[in-house]
Amino acid sequence: MTTTLGYPRWAVLPLGLTAAVLGLPLLGLVARADWPALPQLLASQRSLDALRLSLGTCALATLIVVLLGVPTALVLARTRGRWATLGRTLVTVPMVLPPVVAGLALLTTLGRRGLVGQYLAAWGIDLGFSTAAVVIAQVFVALPFLVVSLEGALRSAGQDYERAASYLGASPSRTLFTVTLPMAAPALASGTALSFARALGEFGATLTFAGSLQGVTRTLPLEIYLLRESDSDLALALAVVLLGVASLVVWFALHVQSRGRHE
Amino acid sequence: MKRLAALAAVALLTACAQPSTPSPTATPPARPVVFAAASLSTVFPTIAPAQYSFDGSSGLVDQLKGGARADVFASADKKNMDKAVEAGLIDGTPTMFATNALVLITPADNPAHVTGFDASLTGTKLVVCAAEVPCGAAATKAAQANGLSLRPVSEETKVTDVLGKVSSGEADAGLVYATDAATAGAKVTVFEIASAKTDPNTYWIGVVAGAPNKAGAASFIATVMGEGQATLKAAGFGPPK
Repeated sequence: MTTTLGYPRWAVLPLGLTAAVLGLPLLGLVARADWPALPQLLASQRSLDALRLSLGTCALATLIVVLLGVPTALVLARTRGRWATLGRTLVTVPMVLPPVVAGLALLTTLGRRGLVGQYLAAWGIDLGFSTAAVVIAQVFVALPFLVVSLEGALRSAGQDYERAASYLGASPSRTLFTVTLPMAAPALASGTALSFARALGEFGATLTFAGSLQGVTRTLPLEIYLLRESDSDLALALAVVLLGVASLVVWFALHVQSRGRHE
Repeated sequence: MKRLAALAAVALLTACAQPSTPSPTATPPARPVVFAAASLSTVFPTIAPAQYSFDGSSGLVDQLKGGARADVFASADKKNMDKAVEAGLIDGTPTMFATNALVLITPADNPAHVTGFDASLTGTKLVVCAAEVPCGAAATKAAQANGLSLRPVSEETKVTDVLGKVSSGEADAGLVYATDAATAGAKVTVFEIASAKTDPNTYWIGVVAGAPNKAGAASFIATVMGEGQATLKAAGFGPPK
């Protein structure tokens, strides 16, 4: 980026409205939380269980997302034609599915009587009501975020350096690890962070597919949903924690992305 | 409540007697806004037309506390209706309009060979409601009454989630209300729980304080207490005690 263009002055009004629409509800949440009691509320066993489960499953889900998503993004970015469009559609659809539909899709596929699940069950693998089911649901909703953002970056980055590397005799794998990925590092980092944030907020698919049991499948969003019924103070406290972690992760994503852009 | 029914009847008669002269009492009341427990979502629309909002009872109380505009509130338990009354959200005293007993359900083919609400549940994939919600509180009560300590694999926030997990065969057994079991039809096998039948969950209805459509609310409640009772019974509800 060389020079920054200005903007028409009237654009400030919609900007203010955007700030109000997006910012006020978050402010309302933060203002309503019982801050002095926050540490004590969060120290309860059920909050700690939910927090630990959420962070653990999200970390694992994000790792799987990166392992699967990076090669997928690379192939999609380097492929043209009908199959590439089909593949791109496939990885984008879970992004726009309502969460409960994602849960139903997982249930009818991997559930005990599902398309694939019945064979897994015959082998003694039962995913229902397990922490593994939570991770699968998170991967399902988070993977598209990494693939879409990384694929876009790889596509627009151009291939001159990679071509040079391959002329010099580097294998495709070596080119990937020493040229392509380092250059796409900002997009990879931000895509990873966004996937983590999406996995952290996963709710509908987990509820439909994995169930809800403290310490096993009841992640932060599910705990907040349940606590609304009985202890709205604790529900708000956990909501603030979720908001904090998500903000931090998204801020990190944007930070690396903008640093990458200025290089 | 009889008085309300009588009022509604009078209003109806007046409407019939003076078909040509439109007057405020003659026009049928506009559709009231009804906030009702999720377990009423299939039966209420067949009883009377209204603008419905179905959710968990405590969620609805939260919405009413937050200033949501509604004319009628129907709660799936006494606790949440009491909460609404205490918060000054209800006009007058609420009325019990139905009961609903907890039952045990299994998938139609009963893969875990459950024989009833007894020790045969040990080691099965049992799904119940969380203790925070009415159906979970009822499950705890039933377990205590029968000397059972339940080991569920999942504690759901909504009774419909319990039903879904059993009817899809994902869980071996679940505790739901008789009405939920009725909606699943042949997909589930039902075992009655004797202790739950004698001490069922009670359903309450009342006019919301400051209801914009008081007349509509009153006639809706009159309908539920009147001809609606047969529909409720068909859906698996028990009569009010």
